[in-house]
Amino acid sequence: MSKVRENYVRPLDLKHGRVDMTHGSGGRAMAQLIEELFGRHFDNEFLRQGNDGASLPLPAGGRLVMSCDGHVVSPLFFPGGDIGCLSVHGTINDVAVMGAQPLYLAASFILEEGFPLADLAKIVESMALAAKHAGVPVVTGDTKVVEAGKADGVFITTTGVGVVPAGVALSGDRARPGDVILLSGTIGDHGMAIMALRESLGFSAPIVSDTAALHGLIAAMLACGADIRCLRDPTRGGLATTLNEIARQSGVGMMLDEAAIPVNPEVAAACEFLGLDPLYVANEGKLIAIVADGDADKLLAAMRAHPQGARAARIGTVLSDDHHFVQMTTGFGGRRIVDWLTGEQLPRIC
Amino acid sequence: MKFVDEFRDGGLAKGLAATIAAEASPTRRYSFMEFCGGHTHAISRYGVTDLLPANVRMVHGPGCPVCVLPIGRVDMAIELALRHGVILCTYGDCLRVPASDGLSLMKAKARGGDVRMVYSSADALKVAQDNPGRQVVFFAIGFETTTPPTAVVIKQAATLGLDNFSVLCCHVLTPSAISNILESPEVRELGTVPLDGFIGPAHVSTVIGSRPYEFFAEEFRKPVVIAGFEPLDVMQAILMLVRQVNGGRAEVENEFSRAVSRDGNLKAQNLVSEIFELRREFEWRGLGLVPYSALKIRHEYERFDAETRFPLGYRSVADHKACECGAILRGVKRPQDCKLFGTVCTPENPIGSCMVSSEGACAAHYTYGRYKDAA
Repeated sequence: MSKVRENYVRPLDLKHGRVDMTHGSGGRAMAQLIEELFGRHFDNEFLRQGNDGASLPLPAGGRLVMSCDGHVVSPLFFPGGDIGCLSVHGTINDVAVMGAQPLYLAASFILEEGFPLADLAKIVESMALAAKHAGVPVVTGDTKVVEAGKADGVFITTTGVGVVPAGVALSGDRARPGDVILLSGTIGDHGMAIMALRESLGFSAPIVSDTAALHGLIAAMLACGADIRCLRDPTRGGLATTLNEIARQSGVGMMLDEAAIPVNPEVAAACEFLGLDPLYVANEGKLIAIVADGDADKLLAAMRAHPQGARAARIGTVLSDDHHFVQMTTGFGGRRIVDWLTGEQLPRIC
Repeated sequence: MKFVDEFRDGGLAKGLAATIAAEASPTRRYSFMEFCGGHTHAISRYGVTDLLPANVRMVHGPGCPVCVLPIGRVDMAIELALRHGVILCTYGDCLRVPASDGLSLMKAKARGGDVRMVYSSADALKVAQDNPGRQVVFFAIGFETTTPPTAVVIKQAATLGLDNFSVLCCHVLTPSAISNILESPEVRELGTVPLDGFIGPAHVSTVIGSRPYEFFAEEFRKPVVIAGFEPLDVMQAILMLVRQVNGGRAEVENEFSRAVSRDGNLKAQNLVSEIFELRREFEWRGLGLVPYSALKIRHEYERFDAETRFPLGYRSVADHKACECGAILRGVKRPQDCKLFGTVCTPENPIGSCMVSSEGACAAHYTYGRYKDAA
C-alpha cells in the first residue's frame, strides 16, 4: 500500500506575508500564488485551462489564443540574444504551443530614468528584427518611465494573439498513459548562458542562449498529422517543472530516461561548476511534445527534419500514477523522482 | 564531460553492484553511515540504493552544514540584516533555513534586509570592496572544506585594511561530529543504531587528510573509507566497507586517492589555525552542545568577527516539537519516520533544516526517493 503522504500546503499568508523571490521562480511557490490569488479572483473557464495561453472562442467560429509574458532578464544583453528578441520569442512560443499560428504582438515598456537611449535603441532594433523574422508584427504598445532606482533599466511585457487551425486541440490536460514524451533539443542553454555571464565563467566558447521563435517547427509538427496531445516550452523551472505541470494537469505520472535527454557539454560543465541540475534550468527555444505512442516515430522524424528539431529525442513515456510523480531512470542505473523546482534557482532569467 | 562521466558510468556501476551482491554475506546486515550530505545527495540523485542488495543499508549522517546550523545562528544573521542594516552575504543554501518568528533569510530579504547570495567567500569580500560605505558580513558556514576560503578572505581583509568587512563564523568540524555520534547512547549502549562503518567525505580530507579518522577505526573499531562524491566513488567505498567488515578489519582506507593524502593540505591547515581557534562548545542542530566542535576567529583578527563588531547575543531556540531532524541527523530515525515529513514539512515550506538543503536527508528523500514509499 502506498505510504506517500498528501502534502499539506500552508495557504498564503495574505495578511502578513510578503512576496519573495521564490514567487517568481516558476516552481511550486509561484504555482501557489497563481492558484490562491490570481486564480481565485479572476476565476473563469479559460484561466482554469491552466495552459501557457488562453484558447478563446471567436464569435465567427474558430479559436483565438491569447498570451502575455513579462521580461525582466538581467543582464539585458547576453550571448545569443537580449531582452528585446527574448520578449518577442517568449510570447510567440506561448501562443504557438497552444497550436495557434501567431499573428500579432503588443509590447509594453517600463523604462528607468537615466537608461541610455543607445541601449534602448539596440533592444528595440533586436525586437523589430525578431518580429520581422517571425512574421509577427508588433502592432500596438505602451511606454512608461519610472524614477531612477525604481526599476532596473528596462522591463518589457509582450502580448500575442494567434488563431488555431481547425482540428487542432492541444492542452496540458490531454496526456494519457502510454503516450510518448519528445523533446526538441538540448536543455539548459538559455539559463546557463545568463548564469555563465553573471558568474563570469570564462569559457573559451561562451554558452549561447537558445532563444528562438518556435512556430515554424510547430507548424511542421502539426502538418505531419501525428496525434499530438500537448506542446509546451520549458522556460522557468526547466524541463522538470514543466513536465510536473503537465503530469498534474493530466492526472498522470511519467518515466524519463536520463541518458536520452540531450545536454550540450559546456552547459553540463557550467551546471556542474555551479551545482545546478540542467533539468531545472530555463530554455527559450525548446519544446516538449506529448504524442500518442503510435505516432511518436512520425512526429520525431518531422521534428528532426526541421533545423530547430535536429537534436529532438524521445525522452520518456507517460504512466498511470495517482501520485503524478515524474520519475527517471538515471544514467547510473538507479531510479529517482524528478520533482518540481523548489525555491529560487536562478532569479531573473527571462 | 571528461573527468566526470567516467565516474557516473552505468556499465561500471552494474559490475560493482554485482560484486557487492556477491561479497555481502546473505546471513548478516550491513549498515554504513555516509557522514556527509554530499554523499546523501549523490546516493539519492543517482539512485545508488537501487543498485545495492537489500541487506546493505545506508544511514544518513549529520554532515550537511545547513542542516546542523542551529536556529539561533540563523537568527543572528537575520538580526544583522534587519536590525544592523548590514549587507549579509551567504551561500544559497542558507537562504531558506527556517528561523524564529516564521522568518528565514529569504523572508528577511523580502522585508527589506539586504541579503545577497554568493558562490564564494571571495565574492563577499568583493561586495565589501564595492560598498565602502556599508558594513558587509559574510555568514560563513560549512565543514573543513569551506573553512580555508573563509580564512583567506579574513587575511585579505586584514591586508587591505578593509574595515567594513566581517565574518559571522559558523564553521564546524567533522571529526567531533563523528565522535559525538559514536559516543551517543543509541550507538554505544542501546544499539538502536547499528553502524558497521563510515564513508568519510573526500573534500574534507583533501584539507585534513585521512589521519584524523585513524582514531575512530582504532578506538571504536569502525572501518572508515574516504570516498569521492561521484556515484561510482560511493559504490566503490561500499564494496571496500563490505570487505573490511567481512575480514573483521577496522581500518581507514582511501578510495579518493586521486586527491586525498594521509596528511592533507598542510598549507590550508596552517592558514586555518592562523585565523581560527577552537570554540569551547557549539550548538549543533540535532546533536546539541558539542565540545570543541567548531571554530571561532582568533583574538588577533577579532576586528573581522561580526560577533565582536556588532552587539549580537546568541539565544538557543528549540526545534518544532514534532520535528525529528535531531534524531534523523544522528541516524536514529529516517525521514519517513517523522510525522511532519511530506505533510506540513516539504521543501517549499520546510519546518526542519533537513528539508532545506539538497544535502539534507529529508529533502533528498522527498525530492528523489518518494517513489519508494508508493510501493
